[in-house]
Amino acid sequence: MHVPDGFFDVPTSMATGVVAAAGVSVALRRARHELDDRTAPMAGLVATFVFAGQMMNFPVGAGTSGHLLGGALAAVLAGPWTAVLAITVVLSVQALLMADGGITALGTNVTLMALVGVAVGWLVFKAVRAVLPKRLALVAPAAALGALVSVPAAAAVFTLLFSVGGTAPIDTGTVLVAMLGWHTVIGIGEAVITGLVVAGVVAVRPDLCYGARPVLRQRPLEVRAGTPS
Amino acid sequence: MRFRPTTRTFLVVGLLAALLVAGVASFYASSHPDGLNAVAQTTGFVDHSKPSATSHGPFAGYQTEGIGDDRLSRGVAGIAGALLVLVVGGGLFRLLRRRSPSDDPGEA
Repeated sequence: MHVPDGFFDVPTSMATGVVAAAGVSVALRRARHELDDRTAPMAGLVATFVFAGQMMNFPVGAGTSGHLLGGALAAVLAGPWTAVLAITVVLSVQALLMADGGITALGTNVTLMALVGVAVGWLVFKAVRAVLPKRLALVAPAAALGALVSVPAAAAVFTLLFSVGGTAPIDTGTVLVAMLGWHTVIGIGEAVITGLVVAGVVAVRPDLCYGARPVLRQRPLEVRAGTPS
Repeated sequence: MRFRPTTRTFLVVGLLAALLVAGVASFYASSHPDGLNAVAQTTGFVDHSKPSATSHGPFAGYQTEGIGDDRLSRGVAGIAGALLVLVVGGGLFRLLRRRSPSDDPGEA
């Protein structure tokens, strides 16, 4: 969903640039509480993995593809504020090095994928985690649901921005239906990838998954027979 | 007892997986337009896109300048991009981290 240069007028691009800068500056302060000697390298790996995942376009039918956005995945693995920074780094490298996503559209892309994608993915994950039993096996399904909702949410915000500051006079309803239709299908792919990756991490090192820690804390201590005192 | 790799092993395996996806598997990714581009084509605003100022860079379009072979060209670009994200992201997170010993109850 990388927006190229030219889709949005200058005021809208500048406004989303201000929103993106504000979001990133808050994240720079808040991410400190999510990062320590052990989680900082994990967060770097998560950013790298999201970059790789975004190169893997999967077909969603009728000559159309989709790819991982990674907001929910990064938030569940590394924490939401760290995820905002991770996705912003990915989008910046893509815009500057790969010409993927416009330079003047970088603020728009950060707003859509790093702010909306992470916020919706994380909040849905948290809500689902709160209502499900506190079991490690349910962390990945909760992450998948967050991922599923995050993609059409970002598509809806794109449409809202396009209705305000799009350079082409296209009927908003038409754009909304098309955007939500495709991005609901892409959201299913996002959910599958996010669920599988989170399940893999939780299976081997649940302590490295930010979103699994409240569940780990609640797990009663194991009492093993025959352990010398 | 279940398999529990050290943090170092976990990170190395994770990084190799990411580099394999970016450097090798991505060649087999779908080349169809993504959701946004497909919508831009069908609803008619795709012509409003302008080429990026960086579209002549050495890795523009996930292709490496000067490498003719498609597979190698995309692989090198993918690995270069992934490593740059690792250096910039990893460096940023290292800079931001709390230096005091972790009081995280999840600590093993």
